[in-house]
This record gives sequence, C-alpha cells and structure tokens, in this order.
Amino acid sequence: MSKYLLNKFLFTVDRDPELVERYREDPAATVRWWEETQANRLLNCPEVESSTWLEFDDAEREALASHDYPALFELGAHPFLTLTLFIAVFERDHPPLGFQLEYARRLARFGLPYPDIAT
Amino acid sequence: MAELVAVIASTHHPFYYRASISTGEERPPFADEWVRKVLAFRETLTRARPDVLVMVGSDHFHQLWLDNMPQFLIGKAPRYDANWYNEEREFGLPRMVMAGQEDLSAHLLRGGLDAGFDLAFSNELRIDHSITCPIITLRPQNDLPIVPVYTNIFAPPLPRPRRFVQLGRLIRELVESWPSGERVAVIGTGHLSLELGGPRQFGPHGPDPEFDRKAVEWIASGDLEGCLAEVTLDSLHLPGNATHGFMDFMLMMGVAGEGVKADYVDTYDLFHTMEAYFTWYPR
Repeated sequence: MSKYLLNKFLFTVDRDPELVERYREDPAATVRWWEETQANRLLNCPEVESSTWLEFDDAEREALASHDYPALFELGAHPFLTLTLFIAVFERDHPPLGFQLEYARRLARFGLPYPDIAT
Repeated sequence: MAELVAVIASTHHPFYYRASISTGEERPPFADEWVRKVLAFRETLTRARPDVLVMVGSDHFHQLWLDNMPQFLIGKAPRYDANWYNEEREFGLPRMVMAGQEDLSAHLLRGGLDAGFDLAFSNELRIDHSITCPIITLRPQNDLPIVPVYTNIFAPPLPRPRRFVQLGRLIRELVESWPSGERVAVIGTGHLSLELGGPRQFGPHGPDPEFDRKAVEWIASGDLEGCLAEVTLDSLHLPGNATHGFMDFMLMMGVAGEGVKADYVDTYDLFHTMEAYFTWYPR
C-alpha cells in the first residue's frame, strides 16, 4: 500500500491543467500512463535519477481509475489533495457548491476516527 | 532595535477575494458584511504604520511536498511570486509578486538555529493563499517587504502545538532584537474548526461551533495555558479534519504573549468555517 504514491498522483495531476483534463476525460488510461511513466519520477530531478520501486496496489489503481473519491478517502489519501483535484474535475457539472455537498454526502458513512493519512 | 508594532492573527479564507469583487447576481449575500469587517480589521494594521511584515502561513502542497517536507521554513529571497494555477482555478486568486526583506530573514534563520529551532530555508519560494489572503485583506496595496514563515500543519507527522507556541515566542524575541530601525508587524493565518475533503465539509457553519467559541476565547484572552491544556495533535481531529491549522493561531498567541488580551477581536460566522480576526498592539 502506498498512500505516498496516491498522493503523488493527486499532487502532480492537480497542478497541471492538461493532466486535469486528461484525468477527467479518460481516468483509466491516464492512471495507466501515469503509473508507467510518472510514478517513479523523482520530482525536481532529471529522468536519469528516477526511483525504481513505486507502484499502486490493485485497490489504489482502481480507486483512481474509477474517480472513486470515497475509496481514496478510505485508503488514506490526503483529503485536501483529493478534494482539490475532484473539484477541478467535477465542479463544472454542478450548481455552485453542489459538488462539494455531494462529496460530503458520499462520505457520510465515515465517522471518527477517519482513516489515517500519515505517510 | 526594530519595534514590533502589531501582532495579527486571522483566518485565511480563499473565497474572500472573489466575494469582495463580485457584483450583481454573482455577489453572495454575505459579501457586504464580510467586506465591512475586513475593512475594519485592515485599519488595525494600517494604524500601526508597519515597514515590514513577517507573514506566518502554511503551504498547501504547492511547493513543499512529501519527498522533502520541512516542519518550519523561512523564506529568504528578494522577491516572492505568489498564488498557483490551482488557486487561480478554484478561488479566482490573482498572480502576485511580493518584495522580500532578506536581512530580517537572515536574522530569523541565524537566531532560530542558535536557539534550537533547526529551521529550513528557501531562496526561491512561490507562496500561496495562506500568505496572499492576508495581504489581500490587510494590505491590498502590497507595498511592504515580507518575510514568509511556513509551518507544517498539513502533512503528518506534525510538530506538537507547544512547538508552535515556542516558535511564536522566539519570532517575537528575534524581531525585537533585529538591529534595525524598522517597524515590524507579525501576521499569521490559520483556521478555527475546518473540514476539507471529509463528510462534515461545507456545512452551514464551521464543523464545530463549540470548538470555535472556545478557540476565540483562548485567543482573545491570551489564554495559552488553557489552550495548551486542551489542544493536542489528537484532539484537533475532532473539530474537523483540517483543524490542525489552528496551530498557526497558537503560534500567534506565542508572539502576542501569555495572558495578553487582544486589542481587537471580530468574528464572522460563514458557511463552511468561521472567520476570526485578532490584533494586539505590543506595549
């Protein structure tokens, strides 16, 4: 399990307007491409210095590929990163605050303590 | 020596900018009162006539990331670009550039290291809305040099609340020992109860009004010991999953001093989270 890698996906996609659109339009292909080519990129370093060991487990890959943000919450992805990216992806399809409230409703089954987000 | 002329603690609400400039049907019903409160709060800084602003905030996974995460970091650069694409996208925040006060940055870094705080530093820091929001609310002309101080309230493991208070006390000592004739204001922003990306987000009030009531009382009365007796890293999960940002308020209570009542207190109960504004004039 790699909460760090889930967060790295959310972080790197959220900050790139083109990747946000790719993830909206074709999440499964974007996640596949990202895991193959980006997951081991050491940020701020040239490609020759990439890491060698980072990969998603099946549940993580599936949660990202299906835009399943309640599953990401359950897996311990950082809720700020998840919220910010999914607002970018889905807010446009809803009236003002509509998506944020639907998001809260879909997480309603979670009580305290929430899943641990420590990496 | 430099003079500490104001200590200001505030929430930072990224929706303020858009609400304050919107017109017609776009203008939310709470905007006029919000603007009125912010203008009154701004006056408390203006009146202090500062030359330099020390700005305490927290990067929201913009430049600081989990591959290399500092707990406390001070910017030391001649300029700071500010606001990020995703803040422009979600909040409509403008791109900004701020001047840096490198001499005070160097003084805080040297003094902090010598006092037992192993502070990280950055010579190229793009700052985010935790610092630009209070510039927009308190000093929109953006005409003063700043020293950014970033804290980690976001990526566990976090420093404990007492450490934030200690850093606040140290910042005050260091500002007051800076060999300069400048007038310095220390401004820090955090949150009261807040939930982001969880089931309690975006409710009609902050997720825990009772915590907010107590928090405002602790800050307004300078009740650091009462606050430290109740607030722990674990307890901060209860009022809302982003409430660890309250530790930046605790840092500012450390700057203001134990038992020192705020000279100005105001709050505004909004959907999602409560706004809170405090100013102390050190004597």
